[in-house]
Amino acid sequence: MKLSRINGLIMRHLYLYKRSVPRLMDIFYWPIMELLLWGFISAFIDKLGMPGFNAVTVLLGAVIFWDLLAQSQRAVSVSFLEEVWEKNFLNIFVTPLRVSEFIASTFILAAIRIVLVTIVMAFIAFFFYKFNLFVFGFTLIPFMFNLLMFGSVLGLFTTAIILRYGTSAQVLAFGFIMLIQPFTAVFYPVSVLPPLLQKFSYLFPSTYVFEGMREVISTGTFSYPLFWGAAATNFVYAFVITWFFYRMFAYVKREGKLLRLD
Amino acid sequence: MQNLQHKNPVIEIKDLKKDFNKIPAVKGVSFSVYEGEICGLLGPNGAGKTTTIQMILDLITPTSGEIKIFGKEIKHHREEILGVMNFSSPYVSLPGNLTAWENLATFARLYGVRDVRATIESLADFFDIRSLLHKMTGSLSTGQLTRLNLTKALLNNPRLLLLDEPTSSLDPDIADRTRKMLLKIRDEKKVTMLYTSHNMEEVEEICDRVIFIQHGQLKDQGTPTELIEKYGRKDLNDVFLAIARGHNKGEEI
Repeated sequence: MKLSRINGLIMRHLYLYKRSVPRLMDIFYWPIMELLLWGFISAFIDKLGMPGFNAVTVLLGAVIFWDLLAQSQRAVSVSFLEEVWEKNFLNIFVTPLRVSEFIASTFILAAIRIVLVTIVMAFIAFFFYKFNLFVFGFTLIPFMFNLLMFGSVLGLFTTAIILRYGTSAQVLAFGFIMLIQPFTAVFYPVSVLPPLLQKFSYLFPSTYVFEGMREVISTGTFSYPLFWGAAATNFVYAFVITWFFYRMFAYVKREGKLLRLD
Repeated sequence: MQNLQHKNPVIEIKDLKKDFNKIPAVKGVSFSVYEGEICGLLGPNGAGKTTTIQMILDLITPTSGEIKIFGKEIKHHREEILGVMNFSSPYVSLPGNLTAWENLATFARLYGVRDVRATIESLADFFDIRSLLHKMTGSLSTGQLTRLNLTKALLNNPRLLLLDEPTSSLDPDIADRTRKMLLKIRDEKKVTMLYTSHNMEEVEEICDRVIFIQHGQLKDQGTPTELIEKYGRKDLNDVFLAIARGHNKGEEI
């Protein structure tokens, strides 16, 4: 892998973001709106006075973590779609750029995006609801890293599907993540789910992360089993989906579809 | 046939085939392009030119056959080969939502250019686009875009250029300037070019040699003068019509 090529693609997107209000809104608008909405709902639930349950910390933590997952998925898919929308695919793939470098650049863009979102959301959560995300120190960071990884890998999966089926499938870039939301225990513990769905929910690395996050927030302890559960399932997803992406890339090259994605 | 024995082949295509869903698009084409020449790849729409070019660029995987560039197979040496060649086509736009400079800087990095600023400025002077560098690419005229595309195509100081109808949407004045620019690039930078065009007058002016493809097969090749003589026609346009319509020497088109 050549860093100059990865840097080239990252800069290409940063050039775009620095002057595009709609693209910046895509990063900040939805997370902020969601945070405000859930923040007020949490404040209301707190007023109802449920003993032993701090709605603000539990729900706001979940909202912030969920947005990290959704943002990283969307960052990867949208970086790819930007090239499709601008019909730039041929230009970039007649350079010596490797597929692995293309993937790496989208993952790094996702990381940049979630760092920005985390900072903005943490600031708003503290300013409006006195919820300090950083009070948990470094214990949440390994879980956040797992979310970044899983979101990016899901982004790669939706990219592979769009490669295969063209832009008629681009809605997946924006909505795919919602398919797993009910099953990954974002706002409620896994124990709330029916027994069969509980087993199903542990197929997603994000389930371990949200369970681990709740444990950190409520007890202050870092759960190694949940962390390793997330890491192991993430590894499997990363391996299988990267293989799938390469298969789809080879397929579109074989079928001459690489340049007819629009 | 012009004597090419002493020249090194830059592109060597051997028995290249491509089927799409079992329908053949390219049916065993073999040809070579030699160092320092501008070689026209001609044929009617749907002849297989674009598919052939895209296989040379490793954007389409061939069904069978061999593509060697600078003596190396593209499928095994993609990164190395694409680093010393480039491509330009008016049908492939650079992102319109970036400035010309941002586009060029992006591609300079993708090609691993060491001194990005100096390279862009020197090429911008060559193509007289320095004043356009900070304009949005989407706001440039067709002629300006052609020059920007050619600037992009020379960023990595390529030894081989694939040009797909580079003057197709230009007015006669800009098209003429572009052709002169291409000849200047060939002469000054010693770049070999594979060139597609439907403008036979232009091909006659710029190409040292032409290759005709029709229905995915190589029909003929030679210098424009050789082919005009061979088919007993007054110009390359009539040769094109004769080949496309399957007429023999002297037969009325």
